[in-house]
Amino acid sequence: MSKNRIQLMLCGGTGCHSTGSKKFEKALQQELEAKGLAEEIKIVETGCNGFCAVGPVMLVQPEGIFYQKLKVEDVPYLVEEHFLKGRPVKKFFFVEQKNKATIPHMNDIPFFSNQVYRAMRNKGVIDPEVIDEYIAREGYFGAAKALNEMTPEQVVEQIKISQLRGRGGAGFPTGMKWAFAAASPGEEKYVLCNADEGDPGAFMDRSILESDPHAVLEGMIIAARAINARQGYIYCRTEYQLAIRRLDIAIRQAKEYGLLGENILGSGFSFNIDIYQGAGAFVCGEETALMRSIEGKRGMPRPRPPFPAHKGLWDKPTILNNVETLANIPQIIIKGGAWYASIGTEKSKGTKVFALSGDVNNIGLVEVPMGLPIRKLIYDIGGGIPGGKKFKAVQLGGPSGGCIPEHKLDTPIDYEEITKVGAIMGSGGAIVMDENTCMVDMARFFMDFIQDESCGKCTPCREGTRRMLELLEKICHGEGQDGDIQSLEALAEVIGQSALCGLGQTAANPVLSTLRFFREEYETHIKEKVCPAKRCVALLKFEVNPEMCKKCGLCFKACPSEAIAWKKKEVAVIDKSKCVKCMSCFDKCKFDAIF
Amino acid sequence: MSILTRPSHPDITDAMWDKIDEIIDANKDIAGSVIGVLRMSQDAVGYLPVELIDYIAEGMNLPASQVYGVATFYALFSLKPKGRNIIKACTGTACYVKGIKEILSHITNKHGIKEGETTADRRFSLEGVRCLGACGLAPVMIVSENIHGNLKPDEVVGILENYK
Ligand SMILES: Cc1cc2nc3c(=O)[nH]c(=O)nc-3n(C[C@H](O)[C@H](O)[C@H](O)COP(=O)(O)O)c2cc1C
Ligand code: FES
Repeated sequence: MSKNRIQLMLCGGTGCHSTGSKKFEKALQQELEAKGLAEEIKIVETGCNGFCAVGPVMLVQPEGIFYQKLKVEDVPYLVEEHFLKGRPVKKFFFVEQKNKATIPHMNDIPFFSNQVYRAMRNKGVIDPEVIDEYIAREGYFGAAKALNEMTPEQVVEQIKISQLRGRGGAGFPTGMKWAFAAASPGEEKYVLCNADEGDPGAFMDRSILESDPHAVLEGMIIAARAINARQGYIYCRTEYQLAIRRLDIAIRQAKEYGLLGENILGSGFSFNIDIYQGAGAFVCGEETALMRSIEGKRGMPRPRPPFPAHKGLWDKPTILNNVETLANIPQIIIKGGAWYASIGTEKSKGTKVFALSGDVNNIGLVEVPMGLPIRKLIYDIGGGIPGGKKFKAVQLGGPSGGCIPEHKLDTPIDYEEITKVGAIMGSGGAIVMDENTCMVDMARFFMDFIQDESCGKCTPCREGTRRMLELLEKICHGEGQDGDIQSLEALAEVIGQSALCGLGQTAANPVLSTLRFFREEYETHIKEKVCPAKRCVALLKFEVNPEMCKKCGLCFKACPSEAIAWKKKEVAVIDKSKCVKCMSCFDKCKFDAIF
Repeated sequence: MSILTRPSHPDITDAMWDKIDEIIDANKDIAGSVIGVLRMSQDAVGYLPVELIDYIAEGMNLPASQVYGVATFYALFSLKPKGRNIIKACTGTACYVKGIKEILSHITNKHGIKEGETTADRRFSLEGVRCLGACGLAPVMIVSENIHGNLKPDEVVGILENYK
């Protein structure tokens, strides 16, 4: 791919940016120049590598050595040892938590070795701003095949055989969606890419766009061929400025190479893609709302039918697919639908990308085969729970999803199986929670989000979620009463059955799922006015238990409002008239002595 | 060329008006472009005064009610002036689990502003945003484009001291 002896694939994802990858890159480049190595060693700023937990990270190619937690001060030593003397530096290798073993090669680190890359096959491997690097990895081969060797029907057929299902959350079969739109009469049709990524705790789509934008463009070209569309839009969150910049570059380069625009690759087929920036409304991720938003209106959903395959954007036949769905398409066309369907479970094929975060050691972006037990996702890839704490639950599917407790952790990653335990596959947010998380508070958190984002068009969602939020707030404030749980359940049922769009229909899921597995926590809040996880501020007394206090003074030092009195070898005392209930002392106390 | 009369407004300079005219001219014939026009105008001015919304509606040849409707629907748009330093505290799920609530309460205790508010001296605006995509660094806040991750409640007030 390049004339350089060594390529340094330095992660330029958001996580590594914020741990200092830019400064590191500058220092490294200067050092390479100073040592006369700049000709043979090239730094490539890649998209998100995935292993955000140990950033900034860098992969040395072709050796495959993986470096983590790099700092500017380490640059001279690293260059001297590895690039002049050829001795990889152990100090920056990955260290396994359990047995403290160091692992030099990326492919041997459990975080990576348990993954299967399809949608993210190019992440961290190519420079996302250089189209030639994408092409060198079979880039645009799928589009060429679809345009020059296949009929639209054959394209749709392969997608059907792959059994690919929408990765945006609902899991609708992609092949079927395309077949509907292909069969819809009309000269003007649209292909849309959903890059709104609304789940608050998910960054899969962003990382795919940042690390491999051409894969998404190619997926759209193939989709356009399948339904005979001339125009495509990528609806992207405006917060994702790096992704937007890279898409912009990718679109320009693809046009220069004749891969987008008029008469693509001499096939006679023409297709254009424009980027449309969202403006911060969760409901705009919903398909009908997204289309209204592109039309420049308030992004409110409308009832279906008519389905977008018949009447979508500007009332023309339209397909909308998620970023990850589209990133899978080129490989399916190159290798065939049967290849894609060769891994997974009976009804869920291929792989799924997850953004693993929360109380887990290896926070980051992972792609795993369908069918993998969730336990493996959290313990083998995620490396378990930090600080010796106990696992409590993992939340999948964000505000439309639910949580999976310890005794259901062997559930495989499969659309139907996950639904059976009361969560949903969702778009890929997987947030791990340890024993210090209050499940009532989490339910309140999601309901607050939904209430905030409800567009207000239909009453069940607008009023019903407000009522549910009030009840949850009451419970968290120690004002819960007998019958509140039943009211929550009754409201959940009504909203689920009568709301207009997916936002409302699934809004109660986080409540129902926590009620299913953590009902006693709700009851303790209501009956005993106690928050077992010590998260609900109103239920805390802000007192020190003298028997458990070890007189260390950490709380005294942490208190910002001088509300804690403490002397060496004395139990701390909190003055409630000065206390602002900021929780600093709770966070600092290692002995659980404050309650 | 725009032939609209510019209302006078203390927060909008002539250069800003020029920029706004440019934005309107480039987009007025593109269907569905009003959200982009509002975004770019807000980038130029800092927020969207009502006079500006009316001006855009006229320039885009759209009913003022529609433009106003769009501006109030999307969270990105602010009809009120903002502070010199915008604190975007992530209230996404991962940051919530990792304790952004405590971070926010420290900011509120110190500066007297809650989410969506601006200090009287316009030094800070506090905004809650949903997932910055940096969940690995949770809890996270962005202050004037700088990302501060792995925040500890007792550090946050000190960090803000660097922003005047
Ligand atoms: C309230 C709501 C928000 C949604 N947000 C997103 C989103 O951010 N990204 C996404 O891809 N799909 C989202 N969806 C799902 C889309 O409506 C749609 O099903 C999906 O984009 C279709 O693409 P797929 O079949 O490839 O998954 C959302 C749905 C609802 C009801
Ligand atoms: S939840 Fe805060 S960055 Fe993702």
